[in-house]
Amino acid sequence: MEISVRGLWTMIHGMGFGALYLMACSGALVELYRRYSSPLGPEIKEADERFMRIYLTAMAVLAWLAVLTGAYVIYPWYRAVPPPGTANLAAFPQRLLMSSPSTSAWHSIGMEWKEHVAWLVPISITMAAAVFSQYRRSLRVHPELRAAVLGFVWVSLLAAGIAGFFGAMLNKNAPVMGGPTITIVEGGQK
Amino acid sequence: MMNPNGAGSAAVLAAGIGSLAVAVFAILADKAAAIKTLMNFYKPTGPLSGVTTCAIVVWLAVWALLHWLWSRRNVEVGRVTIAAFILLFLSLLLTFPPIADLF
Repeated sequence: MEISVRGLWTMIHGMGFGALYLMACSGALVELYRRYSSPLGPEIKEADERFMRIYLTAMAVLAWLAVLTGAYVIYPWYRAVPPPGTANLAAFPQRLLMSSPSTSAWHSIGMEWKEHVAWLVPISITMAAAVFSQYRRSLRVHPELRAAVLGFVWVSLLAAGIAGFFGAMLNKNAPVMGGPTITIVEGGQK
Repeated sequence: MMNPNGAGSAAVLAAGIGSLAVAVFAILADKAAAIKTLMNFYKPTGPLSGVTTCAIVVWLAVWALLHWLWSRRNVEVGRVTIAAFILLFLSLLLTFPPIADLF
């Protein structure tokens, strides 16, 4: 069982940071809605408030790690230009996708949207974490601010979903491969 | 005493402006060859490096400025929130290639 270094980085970016962010989003939305929606709701304990602050900050860190690894580690491999006359484009995903009308839209729509819309995620969640850290339980008496935080977290979920969907489909149609190989488990002889 | 809403409003509006900046810089880099070249901050990543770096700088600068202006007072947070949602919605639309290509 082997994986290439580029494949491993793609997995860390997509499943380690991206998918974890998507899962964390639902928890944040439920918690923000449930605990902070009414000024008359049950008392919020200091420990719960601290947990939520750390949770949102961790989400912001995940979002930044996802976009930074995507843009500066994986994207250069994705958009690499093959030397003239290269027949096998397997190591050049963008060119591989663009070489066929049946796959070119995965790049021209999928990657072109993903590479930009993904940046709305760290901007939105960093704002949500900052506003929560500043106002904490007093968000209950600032309904517009609470609505803004919830709305931006919703949009970050949507943007991360778009980026994640296209990331998965791009990697299915033209995986980022190459680099040294890491052997995870040696297979036995049959 | 209740915290003034200015600091939170500054963060919300700046996030909307920063999001729109991503879309605007992306369109500019796509449409103008000179801007595309200028945005090539890190060659392996290409113009995306400049587009996103510039958008982040705009976002953080606007946030710092609005925070400085509003943090000690109450502002019309309802209007600020609506403006931020409009900017965020526009940024979602304008990053979608078939719409960005209309410009």
